[in-house]
Amino acid sequence: MTSLPEPSAIKLGLVIDLDLCVGCQACVVNCKEWNTSGYGAPLSDDNAYGANPNGAWLNRVHAFEAGDAEDAKTVHFPKSCLHCEDAPCVTACPTGASFKRAEDGIVLVNEDWCIGCGLCAWSCPYGAREMDPVEGVMKKCTLCVDRIYNDNLPKEDQIPACVRTCPTNARHFGDLGDPNSDVSKLVSARDGFDLLPEQKTKPVNKYLPPRPRRQKDETPMSLVAMAEAQNPKGFWKWMDATLDRLG
Amino acid sequence: MHPAWSIIFFTSASGLGLGLAAWVVLGLIDLGNVINFFIVSVFTFGLIGTGLLSSTLHLGHPERAWRALSQWRSSWLSREGVLAVLVLSLLAAWFGWNYLIGSVPFLLGLPLVFLIAVTVYATSMIYASLKTVACWHHPLTPTCYLLFSVSGGLLASMWLLAVAGQSFNSEIYHLTYCLLILTWVAKVLWWKNLDKKSSESTLESATGLGSFGKVRPLMPPHTSENYLQTEMGFVVARRHALKLRVMSILAGGLIPLLVFISFPSSSVLLGLALVLHFVGVFIERWLFFAEAKHVVSLYYGEAQ
Repeated sequence: MTSLPEPSAIKLGLVIDLDLCVGCQACVVNCKEWNTSGYGAPLSDDNAYGANPNGAWLNRVHAFEAGDAEDAKTVHFPKSCLHCEDAPCVTACPTGASFKRAEDGIVLVNEDWCIGCGLCAWSCPYGAREMDPVEGVMKKCTLCVDRIYNDNLPKEDQIPACVRTCPTNARHFGDLGDPNSDVSKLVSARDGFDLLPEQKTKPVNKYLPPRPRRQKDETPMSLVAMAEAQNPKGFWKWMDATLDRLG
Repeated sequence: MHPAWSIIFFTSASGLGLGLAAWVVLGLIDLGNVINFFIVSVFTFGLIGTGLLSSTLHLGHPERAWRALSQWRSSWLSREGVLAVLVLSLLAAWFGWNYLIGSVPFLLGLPLVFLIAVTVYATSMIYASLKTVACWHHPLTPTCYLLFSVSGGLLASMWLLAVAGQSFNSEIYHLTYCLLILTWVAKVLWWKNLDKKSSESTLESATGLGSFGKVRPLMPPHTSENYLQTEMGFVVARRHALKLRVMSILAGGLIPLLVFISFPSSSVLLGLALVLHFVGVFIERWLFFAEAKHVVSLYYGEAQ
């Protein structure tokens, strides 16, 4: 059914810290690696070794610059499905292939029912869905549904591949429906925000803003001052004094 | 948005065919003669049918297209599919009744005309329901689709009347050119709206970084174009948009209008006018997609 379920109590999703992301693309690669052999058909590439490679990826990291001149800030910006509460991609689907799980809010595609019409990708404001160039079905982030409930994996691996691999801890996974969960606390402590709130999709995933830059009026560090020993002791005191006497 | 030929042909051919079907069911053309019956039914079903078949051509899995009839509760694309199948079946029954029993009572045809109108409306709502494409998400979108269907269908009916050598009264004559004018007036208003209305979304709201100042894209997330850019970031035609708009108005509106007013009973000239009208609507439909900007292109640095 592509009608949306009643909002679930559990809302699994990601919290992405724009202050910590360094744009290393490790989450992008690990996402592709896990999902090419996990849920559904492989994530194919077209012309992978040619001049214009093209393929289906579920996670992309953009980079933006915000502000002007010396205040300009470089922000690496990971973007994948936000598992929206009011997911327009789900209601647009004519076949019932796109659905939102009633139990945890994960948005998935049943690839055996997908006709590859592309209307769900048109209705998503975030560009979270990409057509598989070989299979002709729509691909999207599954929140690694085949990891997070997989008891065959060690406990520390039962989180989405992108979260597991992030070297700077910029990605967090948890239940955003529970106000006492670690991710919810993080969102309220750091003023987490929604992307494109005016599109009224009510995304579950949240983004944490970059922390403000240090105050400008702090005394600038001087390398020269740091290099000069302030109060030499012992042998260095004697040598300092002797060399001074030599002129 | 990427203008797929199959979808452009689908919306223009089915729209014209459904409009024609509505006028036929309203009894505009006398189907008593077997040849008339044959020409009208083949032309009507041909337009609607090839349009619908063409719409399946862009699918990744056309063999599963039947599944699209299942989600009419939430999806306009599904509603359109269900309505189209229903209208085609009822239309076949209507023509069958006409052939076997004789003229279908006028009142019995009215619900079918209503269903035809709802089908065209559903086609337009596939696009008008998308909040992500600001210029489509507007009441003028269904208005234009309905008007193109009604006026194109009437022009096609007038051609068929000329082919069959049947007469028509002056009200229909005036209605035909009035509807054509009204259709293109609505389309010009739609274009005016496209030119002035921009999406309320910005790169600042898309990234949430507005508090730091103006946001600019610095590095793309991939080295060559991806699905999102070829599908949603189509920009090739925009610099020719004005020329194409004029061409579509001339071919789809002005020339057929002048031909119809001057030679309302010439089957050859009306036939040519109808072909030109179809070409004009085809260009209009191509622009409908090619000029439309999708919110996601913000992330790739395009202003809305």
